Amino acid sequence: MISWSNFLSQFFNGLASGALLALISSGLTIIYGTLGVLNLAHGAMFMLGGYAGYVAFQATGSFLIAVIVGSLFLVLFGVIFEFVIIRRFYSRPPEDQLLVTFGVGMVLVELVRWGFGSLSLTVPPPAWAMGVTPLGFMIYPTYRLVVLGIAAVALAVLYFVLYRTRLGMIVRAGIEDSTMVGMLGINVDRVFMLVFGIGAMAAGFAGIVNAPVVSLTPDMGDAILVQTFVVVVIGGVGSFPGAILGGLIAGEILSVTSMFNPAYSEVMLFAVMTLVLLLRPQGLLGLPSRE
Amino acid sequence: MFRHRRFLIEGLTALGLVAARFVLPHLNVSPETANTILVWGLFGIGFDIVFGFMGMLSFGQAAFYGTGGLVAAYLVINNIVSNLLLALILGMVVAAIVGIAVGVVALRRTGIYFAMITVAIAEMFFFIENNPLSDYTGGENGLPGVPTPSIAIGSFHYQFGTDWSLFSFTAACYFVGIVIGLRIIRSPFGAVLTAIRDNPLRARAVGHAVGRYKLAAFVIAAAYAGFAGGLLGVVQGFMPPEAFDFDTSGQLVIQTAIGGTGTLFGPMVGAAVWLFLRDFLQSAFGLGATWKLVLGLVFVVLVMFLRRGLIGGAAVLIRRTTTRPAPPAPEQSAPIEAPAIASVGPARRRQEAPFSGPVIEARGLTKAFGGIVANRDINFAVEQGELRGIIGPNGAGKSTFFKMLTCELKPTAGRIIFHGRDITGMHVDDVCQLGLTKSYQVNQLFSRLTLRENVIIAALAERRGTFKLDLLRRIDRVPGLNDQVEGTLQLVGLTARADVPVAELAYGEKRRLEIGLALASSPSLLLLDEPLAGMSPVERAETVQLLKNIRRGRTLVVVEHDMDAMFGMAERITVLHEGALLAEGTPTEIQRNGLVQEAYLGGVAAA
Repeated sequence: MISWSNFLSQFFNGLASGALLALISSGLTIIYGTLGVLNLAHGAMFMLGGYAGYVAFQATGSFLIAVIVGSLFLVLFGVIFEFVIIRRFYSRPPEDQLLVTFGVGMVLVELVRWGFGSLSLTVPPPAWAMGVTPLGFMIYPTYRLVVLGIAAVALAVLYFVLYRTRLGMIVRAGIEDSTMVGMLGINVDRVFMLVFGIGAMAAGFAGIVNAPVVSLTPDMGDAILVQTFVVVVIGGVGSFPGAILGGLIAGEILSVTSMFNPAYSEVMLFAVMTLVLLLRPQGLLGLPSRE
Repeated sequence: MFRHRRFLIEGLTALGLVAARFVLPHLNVSPETANTILVWGLFGIGFDIVFGFMGMLSFGQAAFYGTGGLVAAYLVINNIVSNLLLALILGMVVAAIVGIAVGVVALRRTGIYFAMITVAIAEMFFFIENNPLSDYTGGENGLPGVPTPSIAIGSFHYQFGTDWSLFSFTAACYFVGIVIGLRIIRSPFGAVLTAIRDNPLRARAVGHAVGRYKLAAFVIAAAYAGFAGGLLGVVQGFMPPEAFDFDTSGQLVIQTAIGGTGTLFGPMVGAAVWLFLRDFLQSAFGLGATWKLVLGLVFVVLVMFLRRGLIGGAAVLIRRTTTRPAPPAPEQSAPIEAPAIASVGPARRRQEAPFSGPVIEARGLTKAFGGIVANRDINFAVEQGELRGIIGPNGAGKSTFFKMLTCELKPTAGRIIFHGRDITGMHVDDVCQLGLTKSYQVNQLFSRLTLRENVIIAALAERRGTFKLDLLRRIDRVPGLNDQVEGTLQLVGLTARADVPVAELAYGEKRRLEIGLALASSPSLLLLDEPLAGMSPVERAETVQLLKNIRRGRTLVVVEHDMDAMFGMAERITVLHEGALLAEGTPTEIQRNGLVQEAYLGGVAAA
């Protein structure tokens, strides 16, 4: 039988993993919304963030430094990736963009496999976040609470950047009409590069923050990539609020279903996505005409 | 693209497969490798029809591959079906049925949405197969004990082994698959798929039920995948659960892109490259698992620089060395003369009983976009054989009005009556089949096809109706198609340029083809949205002559900004202003109408 405290703890798990999914998905959706490219290497960038953090953690022993280095490394990677490859694909059909990002994702996975092997690696949570925290009505692993907090803060920062800064205004204008933004004398190339960097950072940051909860494997990004697809399809492709809502919904579906039968949690996730597609094809917070 | 030397490719394929049977063993290729290449190749034929020909990238083909394979393996292992070939076909049928269900959901969207949805649905299959259904599917262990095929005719009995004799069986399957695939892409059905890839909007506007074609192609791909999945079980001796993996779908996409999309043979070539790299890099260079890294890099470079894969690249190379450059475009396109015979019949095949009264009638037509009313309560009627002009300042709502007449846009209120029949709310393709179509203000052509192929696409809808599953019919066997196409080309004066790709046409020629596409569907009522837009004076004169030619036996409604041309052609003119009907009358009446002068000149003339 499912007890009340069991449900609450699963509900919190759902919030934490949902917030992380929201963060990764918002990276995917910002890149797609602004650049018009669906980045199939996004799952691999999530994985890469985890490994970058792992290397930094091994070198310094500090979790904080690991998070910072992991994130910065992904910004750098994103910017270079955009400059060397993605840039050449803006004028090519979407299918080519899918193919090339898919290929880059594969290269990243195999590169990491080559460097670190296929065995899983672990990063321990920082000492102050180990153990459990009594919440009054239940006790809960401290680090998961930290994940929830960090992801919420990161989403808030992203929201601030997108909706309260000049760069964010350009990005949102670029989502509407990037040609027009270029006409207004804004260096769209540089903005695009930066956007790709930010999107990559969102994935990489989530990758390193998530590392203590799961273990690192080279192909850990595959499952995440598929889940972020579900998130953005539910929330509405290209919509930042949609990615957050979709992430939380997906996180809750996964954990609440697994309370009854873990085997069905993913199936339920896709079933809900199908339902959304049938009833509201543009996603919950998406605009109808974006195709 | 629609013309081929008969049986040449089929013959070469048969030769190649027979040669492979005898040559490959001497090259130290294992029969497993050769069989696996053909299984991937067969799997990919269907995928290439959907991706290479119809332009929709599915990342979820593993769902059908796994389903077909599991059904076939389950049936034969549990002795439900004793004949292996029958089991494979049943697996294919089940995969096709599953394809219908998945297609209905996934094909609601296009582009990246379609790709994402197919990924997600395929993952759902993966989890269902692995957990709830694991009693039947063997879960992570797969289904062992799939036998090799055997032939029994009377007292003759032949059992295929697991060695090269099995290759004869897979090669036969592949050959049948490729022959059917070639027939499909050379059929009228296949031609419509390429039209959908190039311009789904226009494919629908000339009268094809695009959604049904997409679903049919998707189901064909599922069927190919299902059969190939079953064959995988036969080749390996057991049905591996990995068939359902995302990696399987991904590998198919990569192999097809490496080999070349839109060729049907691409997936097979890509699979050969993949397996060669795997074996060669692993053994010769001792790279171990790193071979996949090299493969990934090769793939990225290929996508970046060799867009049409290895076969596409090879074809370009052959063409460069064997053909001379195409003749340059003539300085002036063929002039349009009054045709001796009107070879494109104006009347529809399914013309109803002679009808008196207006050809088209709009009653109280209103369209609001949010708070903005683009058309307000318009009443409008055009008589048989009339050439009606519609004018109005920019933003008067002319294009919106046209879109509602052809049912591209659903009116907020009001009815549209065509030949006495209420067509309000019908689909564009059905309306076109009734004999009402439009040429667009901005060219809507099939950009990767030649001029003749463009006209063929439009004429096919007229000849075949909104949807027909004539998968195995040759396109030149469609009755009356050739006359229809040649007649249309002659009418728009583009016969001499018929085999030129659309991308190489001059703007004026494209404009005439735009009208030609509408004409090829033999409309009884043709709407023309700014047919003279952007034309040079010479081209204008030619097009005006063209319009005068095509109006014989047809009713025309023309939106145009060129007043001189309009007043010279039209019998009656309707003036729209700020979304409402301002005036209607003969050109002379309109020219003298004070309200019209005020609308255009802002009251200066009235002062």
